[in-house]
Amino acid sequence: MATLIEHRKPVPNRWRIPDHGQADLGETPPAAWDIVTLARWRALGADMQASGGRAAPIGVLLSPGDDPHALHADLPHLAMIAIHLPVFTDGRAYSSARMLRQQLRWSGPLMAVGDVLRDQLLLLERCGFDTFRLRADQDPQEALSAFADFSDAYQAWAAPVALFGRRALAQGARP
Amino acid sequence: MYQYDDIDQRMVAERVAQFRDQTRRFLAGKLSEAEFLPLRLQNGLYIQKHAPMLRVAIPYGLLAARQLRMLAHVARRYDRGYGHFSTRQNIQFNWPKLEEVPDALAELATVQMHSIQTSGNCVRNTTTDHFAGIAPDEILDPLVWCELIRQWSTFNPEFSFLPRKFKIAVSGSPADRAATWVHDIGLHAVRGPDGEPGFRVIVGGGLGRTPMVGHAIREYLAWPHLLTYLDAVLRVYNRHGRRDNKFKARIKILVRELTPEGFARQVEAEWQHLRDGPGTVPAEELARIAERFGRPAYPTLQATSAAHETALHRSAPYARWAQRNVHPHRVPGHAAVTLSLKRTGVPPGDVTADEMEAIAALSERHGFGEVRVTHEQNLILPDVRLDDLPALWERLRELNLATPNIGLLTNIISCPGGDFCSLANAVSIPLAEAIQRRFDDLDHLHDIGELDLNISGCINACGHHHVGHIGILGVDKSGEEWYQVTLGGNQGPQAAIGRIIGPSFARGQVPDVVEALLACYLAHRVSEDERFVDVVRRIGIQPFKDRVYGNADRASQAGTESLAHS
Repeated sequence: MATLIEHRKPVPNRWRIPDHGQADLGETPPAAWDIVTLARWRALGADMQASGGRAAPIGVLLSPGDDPHALHADLPHLAMIAIHLPVFTDGRAYSSARMLRQQLRWSGPLMAVGDVLRDQLLLLERCGFDTFRLRADQDPQEALSAFADFSDAYQAWAAPVALFGRRALAQGARP
Repeated sequence: MYQYDDIDQRMVAERVAQFRDQTRRFLAGKLSEAEFLPLRLQNGLYIQKHAPMLRVAIPYGLLAARQLRMLAHVARRYDRGYGHFSTRQNIQFNWPKLEEVPDALAELATVQMHSIQTSGNCVRNTTTDHFAGIAPDEILDPLVWCELIRQWSTFNPEFSFLPRKFKIAVSGSPADRAATWVHDIGLHAVRGPDGEPGFRVIVGGGLGRTPMVGHAIREYLAWPHLLTYLDAVLRVYNRHGRRDNKFKARIKILVRELTPEGFARQVEAEWQHLRDGPGTVPAEELARIAERFGRPAYPTLQATSAAHETALHRSAPYARWAQRNVHPHRVPGHAAVTLSLKRTGVPPGDVTADEMEAIAALSERHGFGEVRVTHEQNLILPDVRLDDLPALWERLRELNLATPNIGLLTNIISCPGGDFCSLANAVSIPLAEAIQRRFDDLDHLHDIGELDLNISGCINACGHHHVGHIGILGVDKSGEEWYQVTLGGNQGPQAAIGRIIGPSFARGQVPDVVEALLACYLAHRVSEDERFVDVVRRIGIQPFKDRVYGNADRASQAGTESLAHS
């Protein structure tokens, strides 16, 4: 069982994640801890989606070109949203994550899968990812140091406010 | 000059540490070439013909004297004693060693400098009018806005891996000295219906392989919305820009495919999620940035200077320099002075470490210790007293920085070209020099009047040849270097892409071609006030083509021989 990074800590991976390009798990209904592609999720039908969500943790995998708004009505039934990075230089997942967090108000776990490397972890986290399945050759323990590369940023981060907002607050708090 | 606070400084220091670690892992074989590539590019580090090339950011072209001294130090310690100013108002060093680059960056960080995002598929250095804050014709001072955009774009996580590079230019004046129409985003200061300042937003301009003039997708955006609107533009581009073909990945291609109206609709829809959100710019932040700029306290002076007037009458060379290289200032009794880096025999934009130090000293003696870099690859002393101009001129002549050619033919914009750049098809610098030598007669040069001649060594157009009144592009024909000539390009408010006049030329022919073009211009202009580009616009390119290539009838009449490579 491979390791995930979850909230900056290595944890055992319980999720079954479809490899990109491979067929989904077929006709069998998804079991607990399955992540299914958006197409398969759609094919499940409303009953299964709802029951799957209630009875067992199920996740959906978005391709970088998928519109996150397509998940709008599904969010209550999902225990995980994963976004695939086919290559680490494909920046679309960053926008998808921002849209899920800021526009769709998704507060559940958000996982980056695919070509996920040490040097992009902090940028991905700052867009809203909190869970990472690193590429197989990456050492999760060594990769953790990436989160310490920067102590602050100009843009909104975990704090939902940009640095200029925080600077203003700090100024206001000064006696 | 914006002064970093503790947070700004820490971010630059952390960036140095991060890049040092990345370089160490690369050299240790823990990071592959492909994985290191975007990391080093986003630190301005290219692997070039002879050595790595390091591009250091000069945000919106503003330099403090102590920063210029540091650049001189870096040039000596890590390079061969000189640097090259680029059309993005940055500086490039052509000979650093990869393993020493982290040390150079650490030294630069001590004077609030860095190389963040000077390359790579991210938001690059935002450029602006080199007279920002001092121009008499300004609607607003773009410097505060440029710094706000710098902070918004620095390590912006969402836009770390765009389909392609992304360049923003801001103009505070209707004269548009920042080539805003040929940027991915151009911003023009405008006043709204209530008199409040804001911005016209232009997208989809650009040079390179597919040159295009941009489209205004919003005529007025109130200033508090600037960053959320930029977020919306970049998000639409990041999600929908092409990633399958590097040559079709710039935003201009997406804007063309969606049509400007269609693109604008998508941006507006995205913006509805963002507007009035936490990205809205608070007035306090503008005030904070403006305060950290600490604009100089100018003395109250007479609007005219006896010393300057006397020199104008006594010395024709001084008068010529004052006419071309001295520019109006919004504060009475002051002027901005361009130091020409277009000296015949010196590659355009190149400055030695000794010259950098001399210029830093001049900026302190004749101003407030500030220097500007222009996108035409010259330097500016922005706050010179009129009374000091004669003495400054003498000193600049000693330094070979007083060539009176700003706006004239020999003020050539040129990329480094095939002598340095591994992308180039042809050399640029020797061609620039050949043209400068041909037109070294100052009387003739001043008689020809305003003319932008720009040279790019390849279709990436770093030398902005498409917007040169005369543009010259190096092309490769079966391994040989040839030069294509365009006419009628323009970078200002009447931005236009130049048109190719015909088959390309060998390098040795190009000065003759330029001479033929000028002869045609001089024969057709109605007065000295009608510039070269005005004549091209009025009569079209055909008469110029006829003059250059000749044709059976007219060539014999005019006595010109065909210069074209067929």
